[in-house]
Amino acid sequence: MTDLATSEAPAGAALAETDDGTARLHRAILIGIAAALVVAPFVAYPVFVMKVLCFALFALAFNLLLGYGGLLSFGHAAYFGMASYVCAYTAKNWGLTPELAILLGTAVAAGLGTVFGALAIRRQGIYFAMITLALAQMVFFFSLQTPRFTGGEDGIQAVPRGKLLGLLDLTDDRALYWLVAAIFMAGLLAIYRIIHSPFGQICKAIRDNEPRAISLGYRANQYKLMVFVLSAALAGLAGATKAIVFQLASLTDVYWTMSGEVVLMTLVGGLGTVFGPIVGAIVMVTMQNYLATLGAWVTVIQGVIFVACVLLFREGIVGVIAKAIKKPL
Amino acid sequence: MAEDIILSTAGLTKEFAGFRAVSGVDLKVRRGSIHALIGPNGAGKTTCFNLLTKFLAPTRGTIVYNGRDITREKPAEIARLGLVRSFQISAVFPQLSVKTNVRIALQRKRGDSFDFWRSERRLKSLDAEAEALVEAVGLTPFRELSAGELSYGRKRALEIATTLALDPEMLLLDEPMAGMGREDIDRIETLIRKVSAQRTILMVEHNLSVVASLCDRITVLARGQVLAEGDYAGVSKDPRVVEAYIGSGGGHGHH
Repeated sequence: MTDLATSEAPAGAALAETDDGTARLHRAILIGIAAALVVAPFVAYPVFVMKVLCFALFALAFNLLLGYGGLLSFGHAAYFGMASYVCAYTAKNWGLTPELAILLGTAVAAGLGTVFGALAIRRQGIYFAMITLALAQMVFFFSLQTPRFTGGEDGIQAVPRGKLLGLLDLTDDRALYWLVAAIFMAGLLAIYRIIHSPFGQICKAIRDNEPRAISLGYRANQYKLMVFVLSAALAGLAGATKAIVFQLASLTDVYWTMSGEVVLMTLVGGLGTVFGPIVGAIVMVTMQNYLATLGAWVTVIQGVIFVACVLLFREGIVGVIAKAIKKPL
Repeated sequence: MAEDIILSTAGLTKEFAGFRAVSGVDLKVRRGSIHALIGPNGAGKTTCFNLLTKFLAPTRGTIVYNGRDITREKPAEIARLGLVRSFQISAVFPQLSVKTNVRIALQRKRGDSFDFWRSERRLKSLDAEAEALVEAVGLTPFRELSAGELSYGRKRALEIATTLALDPEMLLLDEPMAGMGREDIDRIETLIRKVSAQRTILMVEHNLSVVASLCDRITVLARGQVLAEGDYAGVSKDPRVVEAYIGSGGGHGHH
């Protein structure tokens, strides 16, 4: 068998980096992100940064499912939005402290993800995407038809930010920022760990070749459901946090355009890269904020960017960089 | 004296919308043998193979493996029982490195890997074994390369290494030599012979010279039914077999 190997030495071939080198680089990037989070509120408007962080976490959660589980969900707004409603409702009407309201929202998103995921993973590819979209639209209509819970068209407004653990007042943007930054960092580290866990290895194998993974004895559907639930829960964490930041939960958060936006962020940033969704979220949220004066043109510009992205650099911003430095990011 | 049968089917039948692809096949595979399933195009070999590996559900009939009825088991379950298949198109995990491909199979020993909170550093204990298997199929210089970048023959070699990582009791190989050049065929043949030592192998194969030199027992299928069974010398002289092959315009890979 040695001939098979020596006949074509991989001298010039793109050797994948050793695990250790990549791990070191990733650790440096994670520390860099943490440092940026510390500096950010002093150089940018804290509410803007918090908005970016909420959407970045949402995109990271979505990318966990699509980039590492190979599952394209077109209904991630359901988990983001439902968690947002639950968090806003319980904080406002039950007087829950913000951390409990956020946790409850996340838990509800996980529960919803379990039910929807169990239904959707029975089908593959486009059918999977359509089922997730249909289920998410059901959540939208539920939200529209139950104004006593969701506030209908008005949404749940004037959600109190409350006091963290009943002690620390979060009314001040700076104070709230540290909570949001901590949640974001925890979410990022959790996703990083999931991707680089024994479980993550099997997910990537299923993403690459599901029949083969099954033939090796892996019950693929159980792994797919697990990654779906994790993704839904983290999307919920992002949505619930957003409700506290903007003191608002509205129909926008459960509408299908929100599902589309997270797809866009992930693709622009770099699908299947660890850090791409963060860059994608920064680009998209910045555009929405600074181009807001252009009104409906924002959507058109976003569309153009998306088309350009797909045509010119399909790997996304971070994907292109990763290719250039020949290291997975 | 009762033969030691590891895998048997009785009246195995598969119908697709009225068309009977496999019809009442009784197959007995002896433990420790290399058994070939051959036949002209459209004979139902691949359908039969997919029934045995549970990727298709039979319309009628039973499949017994090691004395256990596996007719209604799911594909992942029979792999856990030690019955592992290969695929006709090379089945690797293209975005994962060669070593990781093999390690994915070795991870099965840990049971289910649902531990998403643990570091993958835990899997380092499997690296030595993975590298030994990669070495065994001569892919050591490529171990850090993405599997998708390997040539066709090397992908097949990697697939075999991955399959062997499960240490299966029985291997089902779907045309292991398909699309290979003479050189690769010789290597894979040597490898199959080597791994067959403590195992049973059932293979679908078009290349009759490979079948002749490798297999102890041959079952010939034609139009979904068993036409003949025996060793190569016996089967190749069977007038019905000759007619089936000539009648269908000849088999592939005659040498």
